[in-house]
Amino acid sequence: MPGFDFSNHTRNAALHAKGMPLPKATSTGTTIVGCIFDGGVVIAADTRATSGPIVADKNCEKLHFISPQIWCAGAGTAADTEFTTALISSQLELHSLSTGRKPRVVTCMTLLKQHLFRYQGHIGAYLVIAGVDPTGTHLFTVHAHGSTDKLPYVTMGSGSLAAMAVFETKWEKSLTREEAVDLCSEAILAGIFNDLGSGSNVDVCVITSERATLMRNHITPNERVPKEMSYKFARGTTGYIKEMVVEKKDLKKYVTIVDLGDAPASGGTAGDAMEVDA
Amino acid sequence: MESKPAGNLSIDGIHVDMEHLKKGEVNLGTSIMAALFDGGVILGADSRTTTGAYIANRVTDKLTQVHDTIWCCRSGSAADTQAIADIVHYYLQLYNVQNHEPPTTQVAASIFQELCYSNKDQLQASMIIAGYDARHKGEVYSIPLGGSLHKQRYAIGGSGSTYIYGYCDANWKENMTEGECVEFVKGALAEAVKWDGSSGGVIRMVVLTERGVERKIFFPDENYKGNGQ
Repeated sequence: MPGFDFSNHTRNAALHAKGMPLPKATSTGTTIVGCIFDGGVVIAADTRATSGPIVADKNCEKLHFISPQIWCAGAGTAADTEFTTALISSQLELHSLSTGRKPRVVTCMTLLKQHLFRYQGHIGAYLVIAGVDPTGTHLFTVHAHGSTDKLPYVTMGSGSLAAMAVFETKWEKSLTREEAVDLCSEAILAGIFNDLGSGSNVDVCVITSERATLMRNHITPNERVPKEMSYKFARGTTGYIKEMVVEKKDLKKYVTIVDLGDAPASGGTAGDAMEVDA
Repeated sequence: MESKPAGNLSIDGIHVDMEHLKKGEVNLGTSIMAALFDGGVILGADSRTTTGAYIANRVTDKLTQVHDTIWCCRSGSAADTQAIADIVHYYLQLYNVQNHEPPTTQVAASIFQELCYSNKDQLQASMIIAGYDARHKGEVYSIPLGGSLHKQRYAIGGSGSTYIYGYCDANWKENMTEGECVEFVKGALAEAVKWDGSSGGVIRMVVLTERGVERKIFFPDENYKGNGQ
């Protein structure tokens, strides 16, 4: 049976009640955004993954492939965004193969919301879905409990407030591709610099009726500079009281050496050799 | 047998246990209403969706179509009410095909009630259903939290509705004209939005008559005084 197994739930709850801490999930304390422009849609994300107060990955990918012209930005539990997008990507491909039509963004959104609603918020996936299909350009958000919104510009994740502040001051009704990319990048940068859960680089994906372009690390405002000093210890820093040199011929005094030579290993015969079709 | 409160209602069966709301759930802290007039029915709603103190969407459409001239106003959990409306939408399409005639508003309201009542322990959804058909003309039904069904001449709902019980009781009239009804709904929702912190944004309306469906929108920066375009 496909799906999730909750058979350990009662045991885990009992252990937790006795004081065992729950395992920490890697969460994408994240900034993700999306914005429609004349002729397509842009989505963008930061690249920090966190596990509590620890940065688990400084350059992770939060832009997920659904179908060639539908992409998804994920916030929330990293594993859940990764697997739900992969699952729905697979279902959508099979659906498109069986109908002989290109996949639609609404179909993707409906599959996701029905999947997430069934799990009542236990799958912690918060997603921005964007794409171009035969019916036009679309942008949606899906929350973990299964509610959806359709808007011309959206933000999600812990950095959504910082990012939304940028959109609410600078968004205009009609944008070019370049303007939309810049606006989304600026919104992500606001998240990177003002939200503790977000950081590192800006990933951008532009989708038009022709193609989707993934711009991995479109902006890298947190490049590591080379160290100004070398911290190598000079030779002879550690003192010693005895020196001994062991020659190869004297090695047998200290360890047992078995010479294997070219003989086949015991049990190994020519019959084990791999056969190749003529 | 010990009596346990049903669903999210406390022991008195009246007060909602707000702690029971799932963490981080998107809510429609709402002002919604529907009212009959001479020749049809009007649905109205504010446009605010919240996650805790954050406004997740300031131009939400809480007026949802479930058939050609049967619509609903959603309040409570966004996820739950969207899921219910999607299922009802499916059943009404099926009904139309199987019976070679469109469903009545009552049929739609019954399906809503069935879903809301049989899943009441897991749902946080209260809805107002309004529709128009040639035989029964305009009709308004309300389904509060427990899953009961009430046929009314006008209905109000959501957190903002508590502020406008007096307004609606004082201003509602039998057999209003369409124009009078628009002003009634607009006036009531403008008050609800003014006093309820969880309601706000634009006021959306859907007018259902023999002409079909007509949408209206009123903006806060015009003090909701616009012509609805």
